[in-house]
Amino acid sequence: MGENEIDEGLKVYGFSISPFTRKVEMTLNLKGIKYEHIEEDLNNKSSDLLRYNPVHKATPVLLHNGNPLPESLIIMEYIDDTWTDADPIMPPDPYDRAMVRFWANFIDTKLVPAIKVAVLRECEEEEHEKKIEEAKHWVKTIENVLGEKKKFFGGEKIGYLDIAAIWLIGWVPAMQEAAGWELISKEKFPFLSAWTQEMLSHQVVRDNLPHRDPLHAYYVWRLSGFKPELTPVFK
Amino acid sequence: MGKGDVKLLGTWPSPYVMRVKIALNLKSVDYEYQEDNLENKSELLLKSNPVYKKIPILLHGGKPICESLIIVQYIDEAWSGIGPSILPSDPYDRAVARFWAAYIDDEFYPARAVNRIVVANGEEAKAAAVKELKDALVLLEEAFLKISGEGKPFFGGDKIGYLDIALGSLLGWLTVTEKTFNVKLFEEATTPRLVSWVDSFCKHPAVKDELPDTHKLSEYAHNVVYPHLKEVAAAAAN
Repeated sequence: MGENEIDEGLKVYGFSISPFTRKVEMTLNLKGIKYEHIEEDLNNKSSDLLRYNPVHKATPVLLHNGNPLPESLIIMEYIDDTWTDADPIMPPDPYDRAMVRFWANFIDTKLVPAIKVAVLRECEEEEHEKKIEEAKHWVKTIENVLGEKKKFFGGEKIGYLDIAAIWLIGWVPAMQEAAGWELISKEKFPFLSAWTQEMLSHQVVRDNLPHRDPLHAYYVWRLSGFKPELTPVFK
Repeated sequence: MGKGDVKLLGTWPSPYVMRVKIALNLKSVDYEYQEDNLENKSELLLKSNPVYKKIPILLHGGKPICESLIIVQYIDEAWSGIGPSILPSDPYDRAVARFWAAYIDDEFYPARAVNRIVVANGEEAKAAAVKELKDALVLLEEAFLKISGEGKPFFGGDKIGYLDIALGSLLGWLTVTEKTFNVKLFEEATTPRLVSWVDSFCKHPAVKDELPDTHKLSEYAHNVVYPHLKEVAAAAAN
């Protein structure tokens, strides 16, 4: 298969403004794997999406030679296990692998929700201060995982955990801008800040982050108090 | 490596701890078990899992690993080449097994299905919650048919694997649910392959000594777990 040919059997059903879709595509792009992107409208899901992910009916779904696979973190490990010519994103040592799986799961289940609640004020007014402290605690926790010395969570190269954390780079800034204040400031979180710059210095990362305008519009809409049952498509 | 190198922190009713025990048994790993107390968590527990403060925690050479499914994968990789492999060798099969294990933890139990039955107000709500659980089992039956292969006893095919461990560890609690609410969850009519699978799983040498005493579990459920769930539900409603 030539470098510029798209593997006919490889498709990503995604929603481009979502970090889950972007994590998968960043992984593919980092490894130089060509694929077809199919953009889904979450208010009008394609019959293909519903067929390939009947359990969750969500994006992203990877379709490889007719085999569908949902769930971004699971897809990322599948890509790593399957395209073994390219540099792996998972570390080789079993303990390190357990750690990156643990922290990637932490980001999705604990860190991101806590940041959203704090920045978008999705709580009772009297609880807000407490929620801000909680969010800062979890941000500090992940910053400690990075530590002072490492360029990336993956060490010298971008790895699984760096990709799992791209929400901090691509989405949090727009959210903070819309909200008018910074939870994650350079002063309070210097290592994460340095990591952000390191990540942004890579073309592949920059190319896989959403554009600022639609994202900003989305967060302004969220902040105005609308419940996201129907996700508008911001262009 | 001596026994002291591997330590498991757990509590006896936890299905998540059972997962780790089965995986360690499959790999014939000698380990030290420490029963912890969730009402009065040990220093070691809090130090080893500061983020979630939960069990199971596996300590290997003093280094902690948390979250049962992550621990099971760790055991498979750290002791690879010793005993049977726990995750499938094919990348796609491996990913599918991970998907269903995540489904079991996120959708099936405990957050949605079983808890809803316990806190349901009135017969109608209870019946709806039971139906939800049974529908999830039908989904798992379909998954079993696709994954295990013709006439094979386990999700892992001929041998027990990751998904067998993920679901099988919940059987004790599912039995308690059946007895408490007088329902049958696994039925010949709707989940015939799973009915045989339950039998095969429980008889497996790596499993049979880890099966919980359902009487003791039932008592624990009635005295501790169900009241707690109802308390949480009541607080959330206010």
